[in-house]
Amino acid sequence: MSASSDVGHHAQRQARWHYGEAAFWLIVLACGFLFPNRYLIMTDILRLALFAMSLDLILGYAGIVSLGHAAFFGVGAYAAGLLALHGIVNEPVLALVVAGLAAMVLGFATSFLVIRGVDLTRLMVTLGIALLLEALAERFSKITGGTDGLQGIEIQPIFGEIPFDMFGKTGFFYSLAVLFLLFLLARRVVHSPFGLSLRAIKNNPLRAAAIGIPVNRRLIAIYTLAAFYAGIAGALFTQTTAIASLDVFAFERSADLMLVLVIGGTGYLYGGLIGAVLFRMLQELFSTITPQYWQFWIGLVLVVIVLVGRQRLHRWALYVPNLVIKQIAGRKAVVAVPESDA
Amino acid sequence: MTSILTNLFDGVAYGMLLFVLACGLAVTLGLMNFVNLAHGAFAMAGGYVCMVLVNRMGWPFFAALPLAFVSAAAIGIALERTLYRHLYARSHLDQVLFTIGLTFMSVAAVDYIQGSSRVFINLPTGLQGQFDLFGVGIGRYRLMIIVICGLLTIALQMVLAKTRFGSRLRAAVDDPRAASGLGINVPQVFAFTFAFGCGLAGLGGALSAEILGLDPYFPLKFMIYFLIVVTVGGSSSITGPFLASLLLGIGDVAGKYYVPKMGPFVIYTMMIVILIWRPNGLFGRTAAR
Repeated sequence: MSASSDVGHHAQRQARWHYGEAAFWLIVLACGFLFPNRYLIMTDILRLALFAMSLDLILGYAGIVSLGHAAFFGVGAYAAGLLALHGIVNEPVLALVVAGLAAMVLGFATSFLVIRGVDLTRLMVTLGIALLLEALAERFSKITGGTDGLQGIEIQPIFGEIPFDMFGKTGFFYSLAVLFLLFLLARRVVHSPFGLSLRAIKNNPLRAAAIGIPVNRRLIAIYTLAAFYAGIAGALFTQTTAIASLDVFAFERSADLMLVLVIGGTGYLYGGLIGAVLFRMLQELFSTITPQYWQFWIGLVLVVIVLVGRQRLHRWALYVPNLVIKQIAGRKAVVAVPESDA
Repeated sequence: MTSILTNLFDGVAYGMLLFVLACGLAVTLGLMNFVNLAHGAFAMAGGYVCMVLVNRMGWPFFAALPLAFVSAAAIGIALERTLYRHLYARSHLDQVLFTIGLTFMSVAAVDYIQGSSRVFINLPTGLQGQFDLFGVGIGRYRLMIIVICGLLTIALQMVLAKTRFGSRLRAAVDDPRAASGLGINVPQVFAFTFAFGCGLAGLGGALSAEILGLDPYFPLKFMIYFLIVVTVGGSSSITGPFLASLLLGIGDVAGKYYVPKMGPFVIYTMMIVILIWRPNGLFGRTAAR
């Protein structure tokens, strides 16, 4: 077998669905039926998972470090809020797509700024864009409601049939459906030749350019797609909570997002999903211990993760699952250690 | 006309203050290539130390200032020796995560110890109020800031340019490998510089309590300002960050006075434009290292 078909074969095997993945999604779905009085927090986790997946697309696959991903989340949130508030697009699914597209347009426009320069410039520019949007939202308070946020948003029934209920059941399954669909799309994208070329760019942009990958165009494309995802996450936030306030743009939101992804691991799409669950559980735990100062412990978690080393942590975390698989299947472990990033 | 001059004066004072706050970051970020988002935490530490000394223990303001410097530098060197030095070789992402974590911890810790409201340092009466100089209103406190920060800047420039330590630092920055080959203890030079930068930030934090406001969210609120100073100013000398701070200070004060509705909009736009136009900073080196 020649080397090139070998690479193709390997890539195809990576792209195939594992039993573990199916089990993962079944468990998520089962949670929806098992914990009927926990819909609100679970919806929150799904939203965060989608948002983290969006960052994973650019950080884990393309190696773009962003400190201002909340910009797109915020644009999606306000777009969905304004669409519903003024009755422009009443149907939630359509409004979701429109809000996502709005964030996508911003993503496309700002991608030209982001692809220039090195890590540090990117950090600053993404941070600057998020702060700029926050300042804008505060400035045009007639449209955005300023510091009070958008109030009195009423979300119409999905497809005109299924209304949002008080307990958040509709919201949960709606969010889950959106997350799953977008996950399928993201999975398809990252396993396509396009996705593989992104990994090449992340590992070495110079070499990638030398073998004929149009580096800048690919980065613009993935950044735009990630903005779309973040916009959808923001729109889900507005639609399931019926609020949109200035804190959607806050720096803490972007920073927390980084933590989510770091806990879960980057570069294999599930990192965001697993990280979102763990992050929310940690947050709940810390805020029951010290309601006011949970941020301290979140900070400590970050520091410890970095000092121990993210890769080592993931190896530890995967040790037991790997052992189980080895015992049962009697073959080499299939749970891959997520590859390193940045 | 006089209002323009008063604004200019306030802007210069503000800019000088920003320079003292941020020039430590210029070293870590610009010279050592370490993204330290927790720099504001050291400034906050200095500010709170000064506040406790002056308000609770009745120290005179000018005696508390050096202690603000020393305590921030001590915290800086302790953290550098135990934590930071493991991260110099890591990726920028790791550095960002680590320092964000430190920032969150410092915010929550200060909130826990001192409460979340803004604190004020009791100033000696000699520093309060303002006087007229040819019809231009000059705040005494701001004049003192300009004097202190101006002297500091000159001293820094002298140290960097004339002393043995300055030339070691410049050598270590230019080419750490060659410098250590020549017998310069590069980690030590960096550690000392880091601590000194933290000390300056602490001093800046103590001085800025009156102008910028001091509360537990200080590191997050002003993080972007420090980063602007360094990235716009570049890292080839301390003149770059100095000019950038002055520009930022004057621009911010003027912006708030003349177009208050635009808020921080002007500053952020300027930063993004400059970064796109000159990714290495306005006064930075042209060739990327």
